[in-house]
Amino acid sequence: MQLDYSEKHRALQSEIRAFIAAHRDKSPKPGGGRRRPDRRMLEWQALLLEHGYFGRTIPKKYGGYGAPPDVLETAIIAEEFSRAGVSPGIMNQGISMLVPTLLEVGTEEQRERWIGPTIRGEVIWCQGYSEPGSGSDLASLRTRAELVDGHFVVNGQKIWTSSAHFSDMMFLLCRTEPDKPKHEGISYLLLSMQTPGIEVRPLRTMTEQATFNEVFFTDVRVPADQIVMGRGQGWHVANVTLKFERLLLGDSNKLMQRLHRIREMMERTDIDGVRLIDRPEWRDRLLRLQGEVMASKYHGLRLLTDTARGEDSGVRRMIVKYFGTLLAHRLSSLAVDVMGANGLIYEPSGESADDDDATTWWVDYMYDIGLIIGGGSSNIQKNIIAERGLGMPREPKPAQPTRVGA
Amino acid sequence: MEFGLSEEQRLFDEAVRGFLADRVPMEERRRLAEGEGFDAGLWDGLVELGLTGMLVPERFGGSGLGVFDAALAAEALGAAAAPVPFAGPAVMAPLAILAAGDAGQQARWLPRIASGEVRVAVAFAGLSGTAGAGTVRIADASIDGELRGVMDAAGATHLIVMAGDGGMALVAADAAGVAVEVRRSLDRTRALGHVTLTGAAGEPLAAANDPLAAARRVLDAGRIMLAADTLGACQHMVDEAVAYALQRVQFGRVIASFQGVKHTCADMVTMLEPARSLVWYAAYAQDAVPDEARMAACHAKAHLGEVGRDVSRHATEVHGGMGFTDLLGLHYWFKRVAFDRQLLGSPERCREEAAAAQGWIAA
Repeated sequence: MQLDYSEKHRALQSEIRAFIAAHRDKSPKPGGGRRRPDRRMLEWQALLLEHGYFGRTIPKKYGGYGAPPDVLETAIIAEEFSRAGVSPGIMNQGISMLVPTLLEVGTEEQRERWIGPTIRGEVIWCQGYSEPGSGSDLASLRTRAELVDGHFVVNGQKIWTSSAHFSDMMFLLCRTEPDKPKHEGISYLLLSMQTPGIEVRPLRTMTEQATFNEVFFTDVRVPADQIVMGRGQGWHVANVTLKFERLLLGDSNKLMQRLHRIREMMERTDIDGVRLIDRPEWRDRLLRLQGEVMASKYHGLRLLTDTARGEDSGVRRMIVKYFGTLLAHRLSSLAVDVMGANGLIYEPSGESADDDDATTWWVDYMYDIGLIIGGGSSNIQKNIIAERGLGMPREPKPAQPTRVGA
Repeated sequence: MEFGLSEEQRLFDEAVRGFLADRVPMEERRRLAEGEGFDAGLWDGLVELGLTGMLVPERFGGSGLGVFDAALAAEALGAAAAPVPFAGPAVMAPLAILAAGDAGQQARWLPRIASGEVRVAVAFAGLSGTAGAGTVRIADASIDGELRGVMDAAGATHLIVMAGDGGMALVAADAAGVAVEVRRSLDRTRALGHVTLTGAAGEPLAAANDPLAAARRVLDAGRIMLAADTLGACQHMVDEAVAYALQRVQFGRVIASFQGVKHTCADMVTMLEPARSLVWYAAYAQDAVPDEARMAACHAKAHLGEVGRDVSRHATEVHGGMGFTDLLGLHYWFKRVAFDRQLLGSPERCREEAAAAQGWIAA
């Protein structure tokens, strides 16, 4: 155990602090990400990329900063930006999921073509995974693609497609090998959302915002070389992507920030003249959550150390999404309770960065449930923890192998 | 930055766990649980492993390690439900003498603590936040008081008593005016003492500049030991639950293949792994992050109290009726966790102290 930063890491820390002090007025308001990045955001992003505070370890030739991999540097950057309350840059599925996936399994050409524009925020991606009949059992997906004259011709439907209404591109899972067992018949395609035959219908959620969509495909033609890895290898690629998504959903900086905001709120808010922070029953709720947020934070440091040491974190990593999303919801639950009746005025604007505090907490309170469900629901996470982490056996399979054909 | 065990710590952990696995098989645990609450042979084993000298500086014959290393030992002892004193005589006592003893007292007592010759229980009359803990009055070398629920009292040769204002004194258990009544507790492997002091001759430990702060540091280290002990005991219970579920067949399948059982096990791991990180951090903070040491110790004790209650129940449930019987002996760990929660401050109390430690409320 040795939690002090090295000379090099302390230097990075002061460098970032100086950067933030000099440039913080240019930062967009943190949060948001439910619409295309505006000009202010794109300029901020360019500044972060230039200083290596975004895409730090992405090679220069793909538009990154080209620093050698150092998982601690990435953590320090995230922590400093979070602590200062400035935007850490653009967060979207293209950046957090597709880019690492291409770095791991993409071709040279795919990396050169897509990574730069994606991290600069010029190209926005959406994720075409879930279908009406394929949620937790994602591998049963039925959207099919047939190879005709050098093009995959895609037909089918996706659902829960975040940001599809303003995306340029989609990474899509579809069935190209209908005769193979379900996991082996899937391919991972990259396609333009401008391609004829795509129809995007917004899906209004319980927050009243339309952050999700249904996407319909009718004879959508995708050039055959826009496939990541080979035909039938899409499931493998999807799992690479999901791994990054689940880590994203368990970020403890966010939890720590929420905790601080709630504490401030409890210092401002009173009932009958007594501040909530001075009321033991309210304070105890906050303290219980603080203990858990601390556990989450130090757990993150332990995982970082595993990564830096090249050790397999095993079950320790598998719990992150389940633990983190649930804790996030418990935090937003306390926040809405602290606001009480005064916080019930609900006026969502469609973009979270523009919402008032009360509305933001209520959106989070509901959206957190979406996050508990999405990216592999809590029940699926528990199966993964038990089966892959603890070596408990899978549910017995049906007698007949399932083939999901066209 | 390195959040994890060093190679040396790993080897040390293996050595302690290996010793306990050999020395405390289930039948030995059962035998000791029926005994008087102290086994000299097992204590000698701890001494030989160096556990009693961990927090004693090298110049006094110890190994000069930190609270973090001691927490690893506590975790291993909890995992083995080891019927042996540790938090008092090996951790809190040397820390108390280091914090509040004068040079002569340190030179006199610390080598004897490290060698295992003396076993000093630490008894709190106030400060720990336990209901009905008692009172103590230290007037120079004459000490009066009554202290209940004193851990590690069985087999103790000496006691350090702590008053609510941080005043401390050391008395011999066999001195005139000292009565130690050892009572069996819910956790049959660990007895508790009811200590009565009537004009007992003892030596005040009064060299600390800030006695209250010194006493709290001792208390915090004790709390971390209990949290680590709970962590080890819980991990053992989870391992046992998974192993049992992989063997037990119902409806023609091992019960580990049922989602209800799997999800319970997943929930336990999900609580326990971050809890381990918190305990490790809190222990490390005692050695290296003074600003956060108090807050982290209080949170670790509180959090493990809560997690321990849930995990010990779930793990017992996974064992079905067998978990409720005496046959498997799982209840030794269940009771260990329950015992740890009650000592040195409940979760509620510890959270309040965490709030005070960070200035959310007046201390």
